[in-house]
Amino acid sequence: MAEAKPAAPRAVPKAAPVRGRRSVSQWIRNEFRLFRKNKELVILSLPGILFKFVIAYLPMVGLILAFKNFRYDQGLFGSAWVGFRNFEFLFKAQDAFRIIRNTLLYNFTYIITGTLVALLFALLLNELTGKLMKIYQTTMFLPFFLSMVLVGYIGNAFLDFENGYLNEVLGYFGLEPHNWYLETKPWLFILPLVALWKGVGFSTLVYYAGITGISSDYYEAAKLDGANRVQMMLRITLPLLKPLIIILFILGLGNIFRGDFGLHYFIPNNVGPNFPTTDIIDTYVYRALTKLGDVNSGAAVGFLQSVVGLVTVVTANYIVRKVDRDSALF
Amino acid sequence: MSSKNVQVLINAFFVVVCFLIAVPFLLVIAISVSSEESLYEYGYQFIPKEWSLEAYRIVFEKPDPLIKGYGVTILITVVGTAVSLFMTALMAYPISRRDFRYNRPVTFYVFFTMLFNGGLIPFYILMTQYLHLKNSLAALIIPAVMNPFNIMIMKGFLDKISMEIIESAKIDGAREFRIFFRIILPLSTPVLATLGLFIAFGYWNEWFNALLFIDNDKYIPLQLLLVRILSQAEFLANSPMAEVSDKLRFAQFPTLTVRMAMAIVASGPMLLVFPFFQKYFVKGITVGSLKG
Repeated sequence: MAEAKPAAPRAVPKAAPVRGRRSVSQWIRNEFRLFRKNKELVILSLPGILFKFVIAYLPMVGLILAFKNFRYDQGLFGSAWVGFRNFEFLFKAQDAFRIIRNTLLYNFTYIITGTLVALLFALLLNELTGKLMKIYQTTMFLPFFLSMVLVGYIGNAFLDFENGYLNEVLGYFGLEPHNWYLETKPWLFILPLVALWKGVGFSTLVYYAGITGISSDYYEAAKLDGANRVQMMLRITLPLLKPLIIILFILGLGNIFRGDFGLHYFIPNNVGPNFPTTDIIDTYVYRALTKLGDVNSGAAVGFLQSVVGLVTVVTANYIVRKVDRDSALF
Repeated sequence: MSSKNVQVLINAFFVVVCFLIAVPFLLVIAISVSSEESLYEYGYQFIPKEWSLEAYRIVFEKPDPLIKGYGVTILITVVGTAVSLFMTALMAYPISRRDFRYNRPVTFYVFFTMLFNGGLIPFYILMTQYLHLKNSLAALIIPAVMNPFNIMIMKGFLDKISMEIIESAKIDGAREFRIFFRIILPLSTPVLATLGLFIAFGYWNEWFNALLFIDNDKYIPLQLLLVRILSQAEFLANSPMAEVSDKLRFAQFPTLTVRMAMAIVASGPMLLVFPFFQKYFVKGITVGSLKG
């Protein structure tokens, strides 16, 4: 869905013209003139740029913490350099392997299930009309507006050992109750289910919006050619949705090293025994910061998370560009 | 299959899906209107064995933390949304102008933060050690002020505003500031309304920064209040004191029903308001998700 090419802006020549002998001073003068011409827009963007600088760019400097032995009294720059020592635990402790594996596998599961289910819902919604469809949308969208804290409460209502509804159901069928929070296996299903429950309404809406944005001309032409609804779905809707699906997929992949902290903190309730299957990088780093008093290993994992995250998203985008230029993110 | 049948089938499918999605809400509500004793006897039930509004009576009897929580949450929501909207629009406008010479570098500068950031620990140290924002309302507002995603949605909307409007304003002698405040902002009310809702919901549900930066009782927003109640209850249940607390149960503050009633009182109003705004959300997503 390419942007309509902008009516050639009667703007500013792009590059400095002649690069001759006197070009440097000319170039500077030209740049300066152009700057003055853009001055007002620069001033308008300045507050945002400064804000982003402090809030988003300054912390990037803090990535050097991964190579330091941080002490609050010595500060960021005063703390001693320790080389790669903070990373050693990655190869020693099984924690590191565990949290990275969990983060990747869970996120991958969320991306796949979320995309497939939302696509299916959106395609089916598109076949409906009228008031009912609105009600479905609203209902599916509802969990999106709950905070994860509240979802934790809901989870607790189902999973509580003594009173939880799930154990009641098990009891009804004569099965043994489970102490869900102290077990590991069930979380492999519970977490994706909760993620789907919470997120599917939003993703469905995104895809549905994408579908409604498709020009009706295509469908009318297809109808004239005698296509049925299934054919239209597969031959028109899906192909035209492809860029959107790909973009969201890349965004997801790029963030594959960023776990959903709230989901993995409040739903399993931050209880040690289920860490093997619930602990992710984000919860680990949070605990390193607040509980363990071991900022260093947290900083090392955080460094990996940021850097590898960047590499994944750039790589994914590169691949998409090769396959389909228009779908690429940047 | 006739198309009528297909419709019925799809409708049936969504009725089931929606039922499954709504069920968890019903359980929480049911727990909150059950009597405490019946919960211990029968466990949580979708249809209370014994109805009771006792939990709500307890919540409203000592409403101080709740009122305070509402106060903090409303304050950060109102201020945060206003500041965020302004900053988002202010950032999105220049980069939506194709004739802005520094369009590309500035766009990159803003969106790069979506792909790469310093992570939690450096951010925490910046906020607490350098900006000294621990235990302040600013710590709850600032981190979410300029979300690149919102800027992207805003830019997508502004891209569609015709250059001719801007050109003609310029010919009339308007400067960029004037154009921004007098033309761009009024023209963007639909997208501002949508983004405002998104941002407001974000602030309303904000707990992460509260968890990180707030540890005195003065600035506890609703969500953090809920976190504390939950973790307190978990602490009691999992500690060696569990036996004792079991006996103290009825006397203890966060009883099962009260907990759920708290959760409902804290988040109910927003959930009731939400359906009325839904169409703006849908509109916003349409604006944002399609690049053309």
